[in-house]
Amino acid sequence: MATPNSPLWEVFIRSRNGLAHKHVGSLHAADATLALQAARDIYTRRGEGLSIWVVPSSAITASDPSEKGMMFEPAESKIYRHPTFYDVPEEVGHM
Amino acid sequence: MYTQALNSSDGEDRFVEDATRAAAFQARIDADERIEPNDWMPAAYRKTLTRQISQHAHSEIVGMLPEGNWITRAPSLRRKAALLAKVQDECGHGLYLYAAAETLGSSREELVDAMLSGKSRYSSIFNYPTLTWADIGAIGWLVDGAAIMNQIPLCRCSYGPYARAMIRVCKEESFHQRQGFEIMLTLARGTEEQKAMAQNALDRWWWPVLMMFGPPDQASQHSDTSTKWKIKRFSNDELRQKFVDATVPQAEFLGLTIPDPGMTQDSEGHWRYSEIDWTEFKQVLAGNGPCNRDRLAARRKAHEEGAWVREAAAAYAAKRESRRTAQAAE
Repeated sequence: MATPNSPLWEVFIRSRNGLAHKHVGSLHAADATLALQAARDIYTRRGEGLSIWVVPSSAITASDPSEKGMMFEPAESKIYRHPTFYDVPEEVGHM
Repeated sequence: MYTQALNSSDGEDRFVEDATRAAAFQARIDADERIEPNDWMPAAYRKTLTRQISQHAHSEIVGMLPEGNWITRAPSLRRKAALLAKVQDECGHGLYLYAAAETLGSSREELVDAMLSGKSRYSSIFNYPTLTWADIGAIGWLVDGAAIMNQIPLCRCSYGPYARAMIRVCKEESFHQRQGFEIMLTLARGTEEQKAMAQNALDRWWWPVLMMFGPPDQASQHSDTSTKWKIKRFSNDELRQKFVDATVPQAEFLGLTIPDPGMTQDSEGHWRYSEIDWTEFKQVLAGNGPCNRDRLAARRKAHEEGAWVREAAAAYAAKRESRRTAQAAE
């Protein structure tokens, strides 16, 4: 009964014009054409999308969640990157 | 959509392999953080979830069989299109769930083979037959209604991929219940024969549906860890009571009688149902329900007869790949 494992694909869908493609899930398919068709059937049965990307899961390089502290530390300490860091007198109005 | 009865874990593997990491893990759960596939997790958490999610996936796939039985005999084109769409949804739900289960480290093929060999279970409700068209109404109204009760809390389950799959499933599920209720309503307002058919379906499905929520709380020794890990947010009996309280007024609206003459309403408004026959539940789980053999045989047949499609797709992909490699080498 055992069959060879088929490749895994990650599915991204653009739900509306002007929005980015967003990750919605994954699926198995032998090749890219079949992956696109399966993605349509599995993830867009109710008009959820205008466009689909399928990407082999093996092509994704991911950051290591256990090292997220070190990875994102540079941003943590730089509160001056946010507009609220700066004092603007109320009289100046909205800026 | 039918996991509550299946989410039991093995007693002996609930060891803690690394006290510090386990404590940090529990602290994350307690803080309502979501656990993601690459995060550290106790082996028993991984095992419990693999079992629960894969059995949930199997249930979706096997659940296509009793309803598929009526697609060609639906009474109108409208009903046929709706039932076909519902069965397609069940397939989609099975696939979301397999994908979620795979993130825990088992391959799709292993999971499917475990179901086909009978090693892994699916919900016992699908071992009952769909004898009349009214059964399609009863399944949508009651089986999917019970499933929704189970699944809504799972949208907040501690394991991220499972919770996200459940959110998608729940969004799609409410159409299933409404189409079932509409079938029941049409029959209940039809001729005497049609009404009798609806009543007969309710009579046959009521008790098996109550069993879908799993054994009573005092008999369910596995719930503690699942609750501690926030896989399970409500007990079997709590969910069962919620379902009964929601369903009794719906049955009244239909003008149908719930087959439990001993049912009474308590001072707080809860409907107290009679003792459930758990020997029947155990018999069906043990493989002796009305359709256990048929269901597995149908899945095996479909799997075997689809083998050439999987092989052809893999061979075609391999051929194209080798051609691409050869061209690149030129």
